[in-house]
Amino acid sequence: MSVKLKDMIQSPQIMSSGHRMCAGCAAPPIIKIMGFALRGPTIICNATGCLEVATTIYPQTAWRIPWIHVAFENVAAVASGIVEGINAMKEKGRYKHEHVDVIAIGGDGGTFDIGFGSLSGALERGHDFVYMVYDNGAYQNTGIQRSGATLPGQETTTSWAGKAEPGKRERKKPIAEIVAAHRIPYVATVDPFHYRDFITKFRKALEVEGPAFIHAFSPCPRGWRSESSKSMELAKLAVETGIHPLYEIINGDEYIMSAPSKNLTELKPVDEYMKLQGQFKHLFSPQWEDFRKQVQEQVTADWERLKKKCGIA
Amino acid sequence: MPRREIFTMGDIACAEGAISAGCRYFGGYPITPATEIAEWMAVRMPEVGGAFVQYEDEIASITSALGASWAGTKAMTATSGPGASLMMESVGLAVMTETPVVIVNIMRGGPSTGQPTRGQQGDVFQAKWGSHGDYQIIGLTPASVQEMFDLTVRAFNLSERYRVPVFVLADEVVGHMREKLVIPDEKDLKLVDRKMPTVDPSDYLPFKPGDDLVPPMALLGTKYQFYATGLTHDERGYPTDSDEVQIELITRLSEKVLRHVYDIIDVEKYMLDDADIAIVAYGTPSRSARKAIKDARAEGINVGMLRLKSVWPFPEKIVSELGSQVRHIIVPEQNMGQIYYMVRAFAAPTPIHLMTKPAGTPQLPDEILQKIKEVHSL
Repeated sequence: MSVKLKDMIQSPQIMSSGHRMCAGCAAPPIIKIMGFALRGPTIICNATGCLEVATTIYPQTAWRIPWIHVAFENVAAVASGIVEGINAMKEKGRYKHEHVDVIAIGGDGGTFDIGFGSLSGALERGHDFVYMVYDNGAYQNTGIQRSGATLPGQETTTSWAGKAEPGKRERKKPIAEIVAAHRIPYVATVDPFHYRDFITKFRKALEVEGPAFIHAFSPCPRGWRSESSKSMELAKLAVETGIHPLYEIINGDEYIMSAPSKNLTELKPVDEYMKLQGQFKHLFSPQWEDFRKQVQEQVTADWERLKKKCGIA
Repeated sequence: MPRREIFTMGDIACAEGAISAGCRYFGGYPITPATEIAEWMAVRMPEVGGAFVQYEDEIASITSALGASWAGTKAMTATSGPGASLMMESVGLAVMTETPVVIVNIMRGGPSTGQPTRGQQGDVFQAKWGSHGDYQIIGLTPASVQEMFDLTVRAFNLSERYRVPVFVLADEVVGHMREKLVIPDEKDLKLVDRKMPTVDPSDYLPFKPGDDLVPPMALLGTKYQFYATGLTHDERGYPTDSDEVQIELITRLSEKVLRHVYDIIDVEKYMLDDADIAIVAYGTPSRSARKAIKDARAEGINVGMLRLKSVWPFPEKIVSELGSQVRHIIVPEQNMGQIYYMVRAFAAPTPIHLMTKPAGTPQLPDEILQKIKEVHSL
């Protein structure tokens, strides 16, 4: 990469302070870090979600760059249209910028679930844009309902935990791998604690020709019932426990483990990650002991599978 | 369950009404201000031996309910504006396949994302005409927590009886307000179940109607073999491009509703007997209107209200009679005027005065009182 990290973090922030995101929400730091990776004129398309609502409450906006809010299910389609519209304007000689980056941002609900068809279509068509999901593991904006990104054992208002159920039972969609299966040039997982890794990857995502996808892990104190001061710690723990390993996938099949994950001698127990959150509290009762073990086994198995794909013994 | 009294919100009353009506399947997706229905169903469905399933979007939610209905379960979904828009194609599918299903729309400010946390009545026309083609649906409009329960029960009964999608159209205020709810003893509830075929399987024609124009409905996986499709189909269920069959089918699909308006239409006449000014209202504005009417009567103005508890099919005859009874009609709606146009179509030439308020705060009693006085002086 020709641009140095130290120069990138000097670039002006794209989001102002004073937005209404919850204290401790990791989405604003994610946007801040993403902003450092930008390389020129950029347009943001934002699906409905916490980030969209709480950064643009009338009569103010926290965004310092062009930004459009679309519906819940179609941010990748709107971004496709913007990319192609700009191309058409350029063809006509009516566009002043030589190049404009288009970024689509959605939450996990808008990406794993309702916007998935639109995302898949955009990846298949191959528009040159970056899609970033900030994944906080549930529909936090409507009041904490389970999503395709919710982890097994997580309690939400539509996957209650109690005597009969341990919270959500189903697996989380392996979204980065599903996206990579479209054979797009670049996919990477990131988190806001490992910000150097994040910036470097985001810049790569912008620089590749064709679609790129960034899966950003985003702790949510409100939904996770965690201390607002623990969000960066949770982001770090998610990597260290294998809940959210950091890696890249090039052209759909070349898996590369990123340094923060690669340097781990062994995974920390998932318990350490869960213990900081009220949403997993029930799993520590004797009744769900076995279930918690199964979650650990699943995470470990996924980690081993990923290591294999990355060519790590 | 015996009779119970609870203090609760409209959305939860709706969910409880569904459970009392026999609903055992809920397909949902989070959306403000209808999410509480899904959340409550997530708690209650397992308790009553039903299924709550959250889907990836509203298209899947409603179509899953259609599938559940064909499997024999009374099924429901609940949403708000943007979700209702996504569901519209499947409303047509439910009409064409004559699938009983209840769709709850807790109406919020639109268009698009609009004002998710504020109420409006902007989706009343959408419920009637949102899917393509010609058809009839049934639309009920509760105005209180109790009616959220009662009209949801009724929605299931009508849906089962006529094999037609039924909308419960409540504005956000009704969905979120908290009031006393009386849940009647289950023995006192009159419930309707869909008509099932009794003929020999070899004689069964899945879309051959009875005298009431409603065909008996076989369920998937029973001894009756059948074929259901969104394509225009004959009595056997087979698709055809015949003009004759198309005309016959879509006429019957509308007629099976329109011929039973006497059973479907539900209105409350409030202080109308001696009224020379009438208010036609539904949902939250009807609550403001009730207070305004009392205040106006205290000042000697003879005003009353026709409160619509059902808007689709539209109570044409009742509104037409009202037009010949009163000098003026006032229609306060939390939109730019929707039911107003229906009133105008049937009550003309009586002057119809529209009070629009396409915003979260409904017409306040004083505002309606002011309008009554203004109209009274004409």
